[in-house]
Amino acid sequence: MMWLIAGALIWALGWFVNVRLAALPKSRTTSLLVPLIFGLTLVFIWESVVWGLQIQQVLLPAPSVIAARFAASTSILWQDWVQTVVKGMMSGYIIGCIAAFGMALAVDRFPFLQRGLLPVGNFAAALPVIGMAPILVMWFGFDWHSKAAVVVVMIFFPILVNTVQGLQASDAMQRDLMRTYAAGYWKTLLKLRLPAALPFIFNGLKIATTLALIGAIVAEFFGSPIRGMGFRISTSVGQLALDLVWAEIVVAAITGSAFYGAMALLERKWTFWHPSQRN
Amino acid sequence: MRQSLIPVLTVVVAIITLWYAAAVWLNAPWAYDKAQRAGVELSVSDMVVDTWSQKKPKLPAPHQVTREIWKTTVKKKITSKRSLIYHSWITLSATLLGFALGTALGISLAVGIVYNRTMDMSVMPWVITSQTIPILAVAPMIIVVLNAVGIQGLLPKAIISMYLSFFPVVVGVVKGLRSPDHMQLDQMRTWHASSTQTFWRLRLPSSMPYLFTSLKIAMAAAIVGAIVGELPTGAVAGLGARLLAGSYYGQTIQIWSALLMAAALAATLVALIGLIQRIVLKRMGMAQ
Repeated sequence: MMWLIAGALIWALGWFVNVRLAALPKSRTTSLLVPLIFGLTLVFIWESVVWGLQIQQVLLPAPSVIAARFAASTSILWQDWVQTVVKGMMSGYIIGCIAAFGMALAVDRFPFLQRGLLPVGNFAAALPVIGMAPILVMWFGFDWHSKAAVVVVMIFFPILVNTVQGLQASDAMQRDLMRTYAAGYWKTLLKLRLPAALPFIFNGLKIATTLALIGAIVAEFFGSPIRGMGFRISTSVGQLALDLVWAEIVVAAITGSAFYGAMALLERKWTFWHPSQRN
Repeated sequence: MRQSLIPVLTVVVAIITLWYAAAVWLNAPWAYDKAQRAGVELSVSDMVVDTWSQKKPKLPAPHQVTREIWKTTVKKKITSKRSLIYHSWITLSATLLGFALGTALGISLAVGIVYNRTMDMSVMPWVITSQTIPILAVAPMIIVVLNAVGIQGLLPKAIISMYLSFFPVVVGVVKGLRSPDHMQLDQMRTWHASSTQTFWRLRLPSSMPYLFTSLKIAMAAAIVGAIVGELPTGAVAGLGARLLAGSYYGQTIQIWSALLMAAALAATLVALIGLIQRIVLKRMGMAQ
Protein backbone atom coordinates (compact mmCIF):
# COMPACT_ATOMS: atom_id res chain seq x y z
CA MET A 1 0.00 0.00 0.00
CA MET A 2 2.82 2.35 0.92
CA TRP A 3 4.36 1.72 -2.47
CA LEU A 4 1.19 2.64 -4.29
CA ILE A 5 0.77 5.87 -2.34
CA ALA A 6 4.41 6.74 -2.99
CA GLY A 7 3.89 6.05 -6.69
CA ALA A 8 0.82 8.29 -6.86
CA LEU A 9 2.68 11.04 -5.00
CA ILE A 10 5.68 10.87 -7.32
CA TRP A 11 3.37 10.95 -10.31
CA ALA A 12 1.57 14.02 -9.01
CA LEU A 13 4.87 15.71 -8.19
CA GLY A 14 6.41 14.92 -11.56
CA TRP A 15 3.34 16.13 -13.45
CA PHE A 16 3.18 19.31 -11.36
CA VAL A 17 6.85 20.09 -12.07
CA ASN A 18 6.29 19.40 -15.75
CA VAL A 19 3.27 21.70 -15.93
CA ARG A 20 5.33 24.47 -14.36
CA LEU A 21 8.28 23.80 -16.66
CA ALA A 22 6.09 23.66 -19.76
CA ALA A 23 4.61 27.04 -18.88
CA LEU A 24 8.08 28.57 -19.00
CA PRO A 25 9.32 29.90 -22.33
CA LYS A 26 10.63 27.04 -24.42
CA SER A 27 14.37 26.57 -24.16
CA ARG A 28 16.86 23.80 -24.63
CA THR A 29 16.85 22.86 -20.93
CA THR A 30 13.07 22.64 -20.58
CA SER A 31 12.61 20.64 -23.75
CA LEU A 32 15.17 18.15 -22.45
CA LEU A 33 14.12 18.18 -18.80
CA VAL A 34 10.37 17.70 -19.28
CA PRO A 35 10.50 14.38 -21.13
CA LEU A 36 13.27 13.21 -18.79
CA ILE A 37 11.13 13.84 -15.71
CA PHE A 38 8.17 12.17 -17.40
CA GLY A 39 10.26 9.07 -18.17
CA LEU A 40 11.67 8.87 -14.66
CA THR A 41 8.22 9.10 -13.07
CA LEU A 42 7.02 6.31 -15.36
CA VAL A 43 9.90 4.07 -14.24
CA PHE A 44 9.17 4.86 -10.61
CA ILE A 45 5.47 4.10 -11.04
CA TRP A 46 6.40 0.79 -12.62
CA GLU A 47 8.62 -0.01 -9.64
CA SER A 48 5.96 0.94 -7.08
CA VAL A 49 3.16 -0.89 -8.88
CA VAL A 50 5.22 -4.09 -9.04
CA TRP A 51 6.00 -4.01 -5.31
CA GLY A 52 2.69 -2.49 -4.24
CA LEU A 53 0.47 -4.99 -6.02
CA GLN A 54 2.98 -7.78 -5.38
CA ILE A 55 3.19 -8.81 -9.00
CA GLN A 56 5.33 -11.91 -9.41
CA GLN A 57 8.82 -11.21 -10.69
CA VAL A 58 8.28 -13.97 -13.25
CA LEU A 59 5.60 -11.92 -14.92
CA LEU A 60 6.89 -8.37 -14.68
CA PRO A 61 10.26 -7.71 -13.06
CA ALA A 62 10.75 -4.39 -11.30
CA PRO A 63 13.17 -1.91 -12.93
CA SER A 64 15.61 -2.32 -10.03
CA VAL A 65 15.71 -6.09 -10.58
CA ILE A 66 16.29 -5.55 -14.29
CA ALA A 67 19.09 -3.07 -13.57
CA ALA A 68 20.73 -5.57 -11.22
CA ARG A 69 20.47 -8.30 -13.83
CA PHE A 70 21.88 -5.94 -16.45
CA ALA A 71 24.90 -5.20 -14.27
CA ALA A 72 25.43 -8.87 -13.49
CA SER A 73 25.35 -10.18 -17.04
CA THR A 74 27.23 -7.58 -19.04
CA SER A 75 29.46 -10.20 -20.68
CA ILE A 76 26.49 -12.10 -22.12
CA LEU A 77 24.86 -8.88 -23.25
CA TRP A 78 28.07 -7.70 -24.90
CA GLN A 79 28.51 -11.00 -26.73
CA ASP A 80 24.92 -10.89 -27.98
CA TRP A 81 25.28 -7.27 -28.98
CA VAL A 82 28.37 -7.96 -31.08
CA GLN A 83 26.68 -10.92 -32.79
CA THR A 84 23.40 -9.18 -33.58
CA VAL A 85 24.26 -5.53 -33.98
CA VAL A 86 27.83 -5.40 -35.25
CA LYS A 87 27.84 -8.53 -37.40
CA GLY A 88 24.21 -8.89 -38.45
CA MET A 89 22.69 -5.45 -38.43
CA MET A 90 25.58 -3.19 -39.43
CA SER A 91 26.79 -5.31 -42.35
CA GLY A 92 23.23 -5.63 -43.62
CA TYR A 93 22.61 -1.93 -43.19
CA ILE A 94 25.69 -0.95 -45.18
CA ILE A 95 25.08 -3.47 -47.96
CA GLY A 96 21.41 -2.53 -48.15
CA CYS A 97 22.14 1.20 -48.31
CA ILE A 98 24.71 0.80 -51.07
CA ALA A 99 22.44 -1.51 -53.09
CA ALA A 100 19.39 0.72 -52.74
CA PHE A 101 21.43 3.79 -53.53
CA GLY A 102 22.93 2.29 -56.70
CA MET A 103 19.49 1.12 -57.77
CA ALA A 104 18.08 4.60 -57.13
CA LEU A 105 20.71 6.16 -59.41
CA ALA A 106 19.82 3.66 -62.15
CA VAL A 107 16.11 4.28 -61.69
CA ASP A 108 16.71 8.00 -61.86
CA ARG A 109 18.75 7.67 -65.06
CA PHE A 110 16.12 5.63 -66.93
CA PRO A 111 12.55 6.98 -66.81
CA PHE A 112 11.26 3.61 -67.97
CA LEU A 113 12.59 1.94 -64.84
CA GLN A 114 11.18 4.76 -62.78
CA ARG A 115 7.66 4.28 -64.07
CA GLY A 116 7.91 0.51 -63.77
CA LEU A 117 9.89 0.00 -60.60
CA LEU A 118 8.51 2.73 -58.36
CA PRO A 119 4.94 1.39 -58.11
CA VAL A 120 6.38 -2.06 -57.45
CA GLY A 121 8.73 -0.55 -54.86
CA ASN A 122 5.92 1.33 -53.14
CA PHE A 123 3.90 -1.87 -53.09
CA ALA A 124 6.83 -3.86 -51.68
CA ALA A 125 7.44 -1.26 -48.97
CA ALA A 126 3.97 -1.98 -47.56
CA LEU A 127 4.42 -5.73 -47.52
CA PRO A 128 5.22 -7.78 -44.43
CA VAL A 129 8.80 -8.30 -45.64
CA ILE A 130 9.79 -9.76 -42.29
CA GLY A 131 8.11 -12.96 -43.50
CA MET A 132 11.11 -13.47 -45.78
CA ALA A 133 13.18 -14.18 -42.67
CA PRO A 134 12.64 -17.97 -42.51
CA ILE A 135 13.45 -18.33 -46.21
CA LEU A 136 16.63 -16.29 -45.96
CA VAL A 137 17.71 -18.19 -42.85
CA MET A 138 17.25 -21.37 -44.88
CA TRP A 139 19.37 -20.02 -47.74
CA PHE A 140 22.22 -18.35 -45.90
CA GLY A 141 22.56 -20.54 -42.83
CA PHE A 142 22.17 -19.79 -39.14
CA ASP A 143 25.06 -17.38 -38.68
CA TRP A 144 25.02 -13.62 -39.18
CA HIS A 145 24.95 -13.80 -42.99
CA SER A 146 21.26 -14.62 -43.02
CA LYS A 147 20.53 -11.79 -40.56
CA ALA A 148 22.38 -9.34 -42.79
CA ALA A 149 20.34 -10.60 -45.74
CA VAL A 150 17.07 -10.03 -43.86
CA VAL A 151 18.20 -6.50 -43.00
CA VAL A 152 19.07 -5.82 -46.65
CA VAL A 153 15.65 -6.99 -47.84
CA MET A 154 13.86 -4.96 -45.18
CA ILE A 155 15.60 -1.62 -45.74
CA PHE A 156 16.04 -1.79 -49.52
CA PHE A 157 12.69 -0.38 -50.64
CA PRO A 158 12.25 2.41 -48.07
CA ILE A 159 15.69 3.80 -48.97
CA LEU A 160 15.14 3.29 -52.70
CA VAL A 161 11.80 5.10 -52.72
CA ASN A 162 13.09 8.00 -50.64
CA THR A 163 16.29 8.43 -52.65
CA VAL A 164 14.47 8.45 -55.98
CA GLN A 165 12.05 11.02 -54.61
CA GLY A 166 14.98 13.10 -53.37
CA LEU A 167 16.80 13.01 -56.70
CA GLN A 168 13.78 14.72 -58.22
CA ALA A 169 13.80 17.44 -55.56
CA SER A 170 15.96 19.95 -57.44
CA ASP A 171 13.77 22.09 -59.67
CA ALA A 172 14.08 22.77 -63.37
CA MET A 173 15.47 26.28 -62.87
CA GLN A 174 18.39 24.97 -60.82
CA ARG A 175 19.13 22.22 -63.33
CA ASP A 176 19.06 24.78 -66.13
CA LEU A 177 21.56 26.86 -64.23
CA MET A 178 23.89 23.85 -64.01
CA ARG A 179 23.49 23.39 -67.76
CA THR A 180 24.47 27.00 -68.41
CA TYR A 181 27.61 26.28 -66.39
CA ALA A 182 28.23 23.41 -68.87
CA ALA A 183 28.11 20.88 -66.08
CA GLY A 184 27.68 17.27 -67.21
CA TYR A 185 25.52 14.57 -65.65
CA TRP A 186 27.99 13.58 -62.96
CA LYS A 187 28.88 17.13 -62.01
CA THR A 188 25.20 18.08 -61.77
CA LEU A 189 24.61 14.96 -59.70
CA LEU A 190 27.42 15.67 -57.26
CA LYS A 191 27.07 19.42 -56.91
CA LEU A 192 23.32 19.93 -57.15
CA ARG A 193 21.10 16.89 -57.13
CA LEU A 194 22.72 14.81 -54.38
CA PRO A 195 22.86 17.70 -51.91
CA ALA A 196 19.25 18.54 -52.75
CA ALA A 197 18.31 14.91 -52.20
CA LEU A 198 19.99 14.64 -48.81
CA PRO A 199 16.92 15.48 -46.66
CA PHE A 200 14.95 12.73 -48.38
CA ILE A 201 17.84 10.26 -48.19
CA PHE A 202 18.23 10.89 -44.49
CA ASN A 203 14.52 10.34 -44.03
CA GLY A 204 14.96 6.90 -45.59
CA LEU A 205 18.10 6.19 -43.57
CA LYS A 206 16.32 7.05 -40.32
CA ILE A 207 13.36 4.80 -41.09
CA ALA A 208 15.83 2.07 -42.00
CA THR A 209 17.65 2.18 -38.63
CA THR A 210 14.69 0.77 -36.69
CA LEU A 211 13.76 -1.63 -39.46
CA ALA A 212 17.33 -2.97 -39.51
CA LEU A 213 17.37 -3.63 -35.78
CA ILE A 214 13.97 -5.34 -35.90
CA GLY A 215 15.04 -7.44 -38.88
CA ALA A 216 18.28 -8.59 -37.26
CA ILE A 217 16.53 -9.59 -34.02
CA VAL A 218 13.45 -11.26 -35.51
CA ALA A 219 15.57 -13.24 -37.99
CA GLU A 220 17.23 -14.89 -35.02
CA PHE A 221 13.89 -16.32 -33.91
CA PHE A 222 14.08 -18.62 -36.93
CA GLY A 223 17.45 -20.09 -36.04
CA SER A 224 20.79 -18.72 -34.92
CA PRO A 225 24.05 -19.75 -33.28
CA ILE A 226 23.87 -19.86 -29.48
CA ARG A 227 24.37 -16.14 -29.08
CA GLY A 228 22.60 -13.05 -30.31
CA MET A 229 19.88 -10.85 -28.88
CA GLY A 230 16.99 -12.52 -30.66
CA PHE A 231 18.24 -15.96 -29.65
CA ARG A 232 18.63 -14.85 -26.02
CA ILE A 233 15.17 -13.30 -25.94
CA SER A 234 13.41 -16.33 -27.36
CA THR A 235 15.24 -18.85 -25.15
CA SER A 236 14.99 -16.73 -21.98
CA VAL A 237 11.25 -16.34 -22.49
CA GLY A 238 11.10 -20.13 -22.60
CA GLN A 239 12.97 -20.31 -19.29
CA LEU A 240 10.82 -17.51 -17.83
CA ALA A 241 14.00 -15.52 -17.10
CA LEU A 242 12.20 -12.31 -17.89
CA ASP A 243 14.73 -10.08 -16.16
CA LEU A 244 17.32 -11.14 -18.74
CA VAL A 245 14.80 -10.53 -21.53
CA TRP A 246 14.19 -7.04 -20.24
CA ALA A 247 17.93 -6.42 -20.00
CA GLU A 248 18.22 -7.37 -23.68
CA ILE A 249 15.33 -5.06 -24.48
CA VAL A 250 17.10 -2.22 -22.69
CA VAL A 251 20.18 -2.90 -24.80
CA ALA A 252 18.08 -2.97 -27.95
CA ALA A 253 16.33 0.26 -27.01
CA ILE A 254 19.61 2.03 -26.32
CA THR A 255 21.10 0.71 -29.56
CA GLY A 256 18.06 1.74 -31.58
CA SER A 257 17.90 5.21 -30.07
CA ALA A 258 21.66 5.74 -30.43
CA PHE A 259 21.63 4.61 -34.06
CA TYR A 260 18.66 6.83 -34.84
CA GLY A 261 20.23 9.71 -32.93
CA ALA A 262 23.50 9.33 -34.84
CA MET A 263 21.63 9.52 -38.13
CA ALA A 264 19.68 12.57 -36.94
CA LEU A 265 22.92 14.25 -35.87
CA LEU A 266 24.55 13.54 -39.22
CA GLU A 267 21.44 14.91 -40.90
CA ARG A 268 21.65 18.12 -38.89
CA LYS A 269 25.29 18.50 -39.83
CA TRP A 270 24.87 17.87 -43.54
CA THR A 271 21.50 19.45 -44.23
CA PHE A 272 21.80 22.51 -42.02
CA TRP A 273 20.47 24.62 -44.89
CA HIS A 274 17.10 22.86 -45.07
CA PRO A 275 14.08 24.72 -43.58
CA SER A 276 13.21 21.79 -41.28
CA GLN A 277 16.65 22.11 -39.62
CA ARG A 278 16.65 25.88 -39.25
CA ASN A 279 13.62 26.32 -36.99
CA MET B 1 -1.97 5.62 -65.17
CA ARG B 2 -2.09 4.03 -68.59
CA GLN B 3 1.42 5.09 -69.54
CA SER B 4 2.88 3.38 -66.49
CA LEU B 5 1.07 0.10 -67.20
CA ILE B 6 3.62 -1.22 -69.70
CA PRO B 7 6.70 -0.43 -67.57
CA VAL B 8 5.07 -1.99 -64.50
CA LEU B 9 4.15 -5.10 -66.45
CA THR B 10 7.70 -5.29 -67.81
CA VAL B 11 9.13 -5.14 -64.32
CA VAL B 12 6.70 -7.78 -63.06
CA VAL B 13 7.53 -10.09 -65.97
CA ALA B 14 11.23 -9.49 -65.35
CA ILE B 15 10.78 -10.43 -61.69
CA ILE B 16 8.95 -13.66 -62.58
CA THR B 17 11.61 -14.56 -65.17
CA LEU B 18 14.34 -13.91 -62.61
CA TRP B 19 12.40 -16.04 -60.14
CA TYR B 20 12.33 -19.03 -62.54
CA ALA B 21 16.01 -18.58 -63.33
CA ALA B 22 16.89 -18.38 -59.65
CA ALA B 23 14.84 -21.52 -59.03
CA VAL B 24 16.94 -23.39 -61.60
CA TRP B 25 20.15 -22.03 -60.13
CA LEU B 26 19.29 -22.76 -56.48
CA ASN B 27 17.67 -26.16 -57.01
CA ALA B 28 20.11 -27.56 -59.56
CA PRO B 29 22.60 -29.02 -57.02
CA TRP B 30 19.87 -31.16 -55.47
CA ALA B 31 18.66 -32.29 -58.89
CA TYR B 32 22.19 -33.39 -59.88
CA ASP B 33 22.62 -35.04 -56.50
CA LYS B 34 19.47 -37.08 -56.98
CA ALA B 35 20.46 -38.06 -60.53
CA GLN B 36 23.91 -39.14 -59.41
CA ARG B 37 22.53 -41.39 -56.71
CA ALA B 38 20.07 -42.91 -59.17
CA GLY B 39 22.96 -43.38 -61.60
CA VAL B 40 21.30 -41.40 -64.38
CA GLU B 41 22.94 -38.84 -66.63
CA LEU B 42 20.85 -35.66 -66.50
CA SER B 43 20.28 -33.64 -69.66
CA VAL B 44 19.86 -29.89 -69.29
CA SER B 45 16.16 -29.90 -70.13
CA ASP B 46 15.49 -32.72 -67.65
CA MET B 47 17.41 -30.79 -65.02
CA VAL B 48 15.34 -27.65 -65.62
CA VAL B 49 12.08 -29.59 -65.44
CA ASP B 50 13.23 -31.24 -62.23
CA THR B 51 14.19 -27.95 -60.56
CA TRP B 52 10.70 -26.61 -61.18
CA SER B 53 8.91 -29.60 -59.70
CA GLN B 54 10.86 -30.66 -56.62
CA LYS B 55 8.95 -31.45 -53.46
CA LYS B 56 11.08 -29.43 -51.06
CA PRO B 57 12.95 -27.01 -53.32
CA LYS B 58 15.22 -24.29 -52.02
CA LEU B 59 13.19 -21.84 -54.06
CA PRO B 60 9.85 -23.08 -55.38
CA ALA B 61 8.89 -21.95 -58.86
CA PRO B 62 5.96 -19.51 -59.10
CA HIS B 63 3.59 -22.09 -60.57
CA GLN B 64 4.25 -24.47 -57.65
CA VAL B 65 3.36 -21.74 -55.17
CA THR B 66 0.28 -20.78 -57.16
CA ARG B 67 -0.85 -24.39 -57.23
CA GLU B 68 -0.32 -24.70 -53.48
CA ILE B 69 -2.34 -21.54 -52.83
CA TRP B 70 -5.10 -22.79 -55.13
CA LYS B 71 -5.10 -26.15 -53.36
CA THR B 72 -5.25 -24.68 -49.86
CA THR B 73 -7.79 -21.94 -50.53
CA VAL B 74 -10.30 -23.13 -53.08
CA LYS B 75 -10.15 -26.88 -52.70
CA LYS B 76 -10.07 -27.07 -48.90
CA LYS B 77 -13.06 -26.43 -46.67
CA ILE B 78 -12.74 -23.09 -44.90
CA THR B 79 -13.05 -24.71 -41.48
CA SER B 80 -10.20 -27.12 -42.20
CA LYS B 81 -6.97 -26.47 -40.34
CA ARG B 82 -5.06 -26.85 -43.59
CA SER B 83 -7.02 -24.15 -45.33
CA LEU B 84 -5.04 -21.01 -45.94
CA ILE B 85 -8.22 -18.95 -45.69
CA TYR B 86 -8.71 -20.18 -42.12
CA HIS B 87 -5.17 -19.09 -41.21
CA SER B 88 -5.55 -15.78 -43.01
CA TRP B 89 -8.74 -15.11 -41.10
CA ILE B 90 -6.95 -15.68 -37.78
CA THR B 91 -4.25 -13.21 -38.76
CA LEU B 92 -6.74 -10.77 -40.25
CA SER B 93 -8.89 -10.63 -37.11
CA ALA B 94 -5.86 -9.91 -34.90
CA THR B 95 -4.69 -7.30 -37.40
CA LEU B 96 -8.02 -5.50 -37.53
CA LEU B 97 -8.48 -5.48 -33.75
CA GLY B 98 -4.93 -4.19 -33.25
CA PHE B 99 -5.42 -1.61 -35.97
CA ALA B 100 -8.64 -0.35 -34.38
CA LEU B 101 -7.03 -0.15 -30.92
CA GLY B 102 -3.93 1.52 -32.33
CA THR B 103 -5.94 4.08 -34.27
CA ALA B 104 -8.08 4.91 -31.21
CA LEU B 105 -5.00 5.26 -29.00
CA GLY B 106 -3.17 7.27 -31.64
CA ILE B 107 -5.99 9.74 -32.20
CA SER B 108 -6.64 10.30 -28.49
CA LEU B 109 -2.91 10.80 -27.81
CA ALA B 110 -2.72 13.23 -30.72
CA VAL B 111 -5.68 15.26 -29.45
CA GLY B 112 -4.08 15.41 -26.01
CA ILE B 113 -0.75 16.46 -27.49
CA VAL B 114 -2.30 19.23 -29.57
CA TYR B 115 -4.42 20.63 -26.73
CA ASN B 116 -2.10 20.18 -23.75
CA ARG B 117 1.33 21.77 -23.78
CA THR B 118 2.65 19.69 -20.90
CA MET B 119 1.60 16.51 -22.65
CA ASP B 120 3.15 17.69 -25.88
CA MET B 121 6.49 18.30 -24.21
CA SER B 122 6.55 15.16 -22.06
CA VAL B 123 4.85 12.52 -24.22
CA MET B 124 5.91 13.36 -27.77
CA PRO B 125 9.65 12.60 -27.32
CA TRP B 126 8.73 9.23 -25.77
CA VAL B 127 6.34 8.41 -28.58
CA ILE B 128 9.27 8.84 -30.97
CA THR B 129 11.65 6.92 -28.71
CA SER B 130 9.12 4.09 -28.40
CA GLN B 131 9.59 3.36 -32.08
CA THR B 132 13.35 3.01 -31.84
CA ILE B 133 12.69 0.13 -29.47
CA PRO B 134 12.34 -3.00 -31.56
CA ILE B 135 8.92 -3.98 -30.19
CA LEU B 136 8.86 -7.11 -32.28
CA ALA B 137 11.69 -8.35 -30.10
CA VAL B 138 9.38 -8.02 -27.12
CA ALA B 139 6.54 -9.86 -28.83
CA PRO B 140 7.40 -13.31 -27.46
CA MET B 141 7.47 -11.95 -23.92
CA ILE B 142 4.17 -10.12 -24.19
CA ILE B 143 2.51 -13.28 -25.49
CA VAL B 144 4.00 -15.51 -22.80
CA VAL B 145 3.24 -13.09 -19.96
CA LEU B 146 -0.34 -12.43 -21.04
CA ASN B 147 -0.77 -16.15 -21.48
CA ALA B 148 0.33 -16.70 -17.87
CA VAL B 149 -2.19 -14.13 -16.66
CA GLY B 150 -4.89 -15.98 -18.55
CA ILE B 151 -5.34 -13.76 -21.57
CA GLN B 152 -5.08 -15.80 -24.72
CA GLY B 153 -6.03 -15.82 -28.33
CA LEU B 154 -6.68 -12.62 -30.17
CA LEU B 155 -5.80 -9.91 -27.68
CA PRO B 156 -2.03 -10.47 -27.16
CA LYS B 157 -1.41 -10.39 -30.91
CA ALA B 158 -3.66 -7.38 -31.25
CA ILE B 159 -1.65 -5.56 -28.57
CA ILE B 160 1.53 -6.00 -30.61
CA SER B 161 -0.26 -4.75 -33.70
CA MET B 162 -1.56 -1.83 -31.69
CA TYR B 163 1.92 -0.86 -30.51
CA LEU B 164 3.21 -0.86 -34.06
CA SER B 165 0.28 0.99 -35.57
CA PHE B 166 -0.36 3.78 -33.07
CA PHE B 167 2.85 5.64 -33.91
CA PRO B 168 2.15 6.67 -37.50
CA VAL B 169 -1.36 7.71 -36.43
CA VAL B 170 -0.08 9.95 -33.62
CA VAL B 171 2.47 11.65 -35.82
CA GLY B 172 0.10 12.08 -38.75
CA VAL B 173 -2.87 13.32 -36.74
CA VAL B 174 -0.77 15.78 -34.72
CA LYS B 175 0.51 17.19 -37.98
CA GLY B 176 -3.02 17.26 -39.39
CA LEU B 177 -4.64 18.91 -36.36
CA ARG B 178 -1.98 21.60 -36.51
CA SER B 179 -2.32 22.10 -40.25
CA PRO B 180 -4.95 24.91 -40.18
CA ASP B 181 -3.03 28.16 -40.56
CA HIS B 182 -3.31 31.32 -38.48
CA MET B 183 -5.76 32.91 -40.86
CA GLN B 184 -8.26 30.08 -40.46
CA LEU B 185 -7.84 29.94 -36.68
CA ASP B 186 -8.35 33.70 -36.49
CA GLN B 187 -11.49 33.35 -38.56
CA MET B 188 -12.85 30.85 -36.04
CA ARG B 189 -12.05 33.33 -33.29
CA THR B 190 -13.90 36.17 -35.01
CA TRP B 191 -16.92 33.87 -35.16
CA HIS B 192 -16.52 33.41 -31.41
CA ALA B 193 -16.17 29.66 -31.79
CA SER B 194 -15.41 27.67 -28.66
CA SER B 195 -12.41 25.35 -28.75
CA THR B 196 -14.74 22.35 -29.10
CA GLN B 197 -16.31 23.95 -32.14
CA THR B 198 -12.90 24.79 -33.55
CA PHE B 199 -11.95 21.16 -33.09
CA TRP B 200 -15.00 19.64 -34.77
CA ARG B 201 -15.45 22.19 -37.55
CA LEU B 202 -11.88 23.13 -38.44
CA ARG B 203 -9.10 21.02 -36.96
CA LEU B 204 -10.62 17.56 -37.38
CA PRO B 205 -11.76 18.04 -41.00
CA SER B 206 -8.41 19.49 -42.03
CA SER B 207 -6.57 16.56 -40.46
CA MET B 208 -8.35 14.00 -42.68
CA PRO B 209 -5.79 13.76 -45.52
CA TYR B 210 -3.00 13.28 -42.96
CA LEU B 211 -5.07 10.72 -41.07
CA PHE B 212 -5.64 8.53 -44.10
CA THR B 213 -2.00 8.58 -45.15
CA SER B 214 -0.97 7.42 -41.70
CA LEU B 215 -3.77 4.84 -41.57
CA LYS B 216 -2.24 3.14 -44.60
CA ILE B 217 1.15 2.91 -42.91
CA ALA B 218 -0.51 1.79 -39.68
CA MET B 219 -2.35 -1.01 -41.45
CA ALA B 220 0.83 -2.36 -43.03
CA ALA B 221 2.51 -2.23 -39.62
CA ALA B 222 -0.44 -3.94 -37.93
CA ILE B 223 -0.16 -6.95 -40.25
CA VAL B 224 3.55 -7.30 -39.49
CA GLY B 225 2.71 -7.16 -35.78
CA ALA B 226 0.05 -9.85 -36.05
CA ILE B 227 2.33 -12.16 -38.03
CA VAL B 228 5.26 -11.81 -35.65
CA GLY B 229 2.87 -12.15 -32.71
CA GLU B 230 1.94 -15.60 -33.95
CA LEU B 231 5.50 -16.89 -33.97
CA PRO B 232 6.06 -17.58 -30.26
CA THR B 233 2.69 -19.19 -29.53
CA GLY B 234 4.08 -22.48 -30.77
CA ALA B 235 2.74 -22.21 -34.29
CA VAL B 236 -0.91 -22.94 -33.56
CA ALA B 237 -2.75 -20.98 -36.21
CA GLY B 238 -2.35 -17.98 -38.45
CA LEU B 239 -0.05 -17.01 -41.30
CA GLY B 240 2.91 -16.46 -38.95
CA ALA B 241 2.41 -19.97 -37.59
CA ARG B 242 2.41 -21.32 -41.16
CA LEU B 243 5.72 -19.54 -41.76
CA LEU B 244 7.26 -20.99 -38.61
CA ALA B 245 5.93 -24.53 -39.19
CA GLY B 246 7.14 -24.36 -42.77
CA SER B 247 10.62 -23.33 -41.68
CA TYR B 248 10.77 -26.14 -39.07
CA TYR B 249 9.88 -28.84 -41.57
CA GLY B 250 11.58 -27.38 -44.62
CA GLN B 251 8.23 -26.96 -46.43
CA THR B 252 9.36 -24.10 -48.62
CA ILE B 253 6.26 -24.15 -50.80
CA GLN B 254 4.14 -23.67 -47.69
CA ILE B 255 6.30 -20.74 -46.54
CA TRP B 256 6.05 -19.02 -49.89
CA SER B 257 2.30 -19.51 -50.14
CA ALA B 258 1.81 -18.07 -46.65
CA LEU B 259 4.09 -15.18 -47.57
CA LEU B 260 2.20 -14.41 -50.78
CA MET B 261 -1.08 -14.67 -48.91
CA ALA B 262 0.18 -12.16 -46.34
CA ALA B 263 1.30 -9.86 -49.15
CA ALA B 264 -2.10 -10.10 -50.82
CA LEU B 265 -3.82 -9.41 -47.50
CA ALA B 266 -1.65 -6.34 -46.88
CA ALA B 267 -2.16 -5.03 -50.39
CA THR B 268 -5.95 -5.51 -50.18
CA LEU B 269 -6.30 -3.78 -46.82
CA VAL B 270 -4.11 -0.84 -47.84
CA ALA B 271 -6.02 -0.50 -51.11
CA LEU B 272 -9.28 -0.59 -49.15
CA ILE B 273 -8.16 2.33 -47.00
CA GLY B 274 -7.11 4.14 -50.15
CA LEU B 275 -10.61 3.64 -51.55
CA ILE B 276 -12.27 4.94 -48.35
CA GLN B 277 -9.88 7.89 -48.46
CA ARG B 278 -10.93 8.74 -52.01
CA ILE B 279 -14.63 8.55 -51.18
CA VAL B 280 -14.41 10.50 -47.91
CA LEU B 281 -12.18 13.24 -49.27
CA LYS B 282 -14.41 13.58 -52.32
CA ARG B 283 -17.52 13.97 -50.18
CA MET B 284 -15.70 16.54 -48.05
CA GLY B 285 -14.69 18.43 -51.16
CA MET B 286 -10.99 17.88 -50.54
CA ALA B 287 -10.13 15.56 -53.40
CA GLN B 288 -7.11 16.64 -55.39
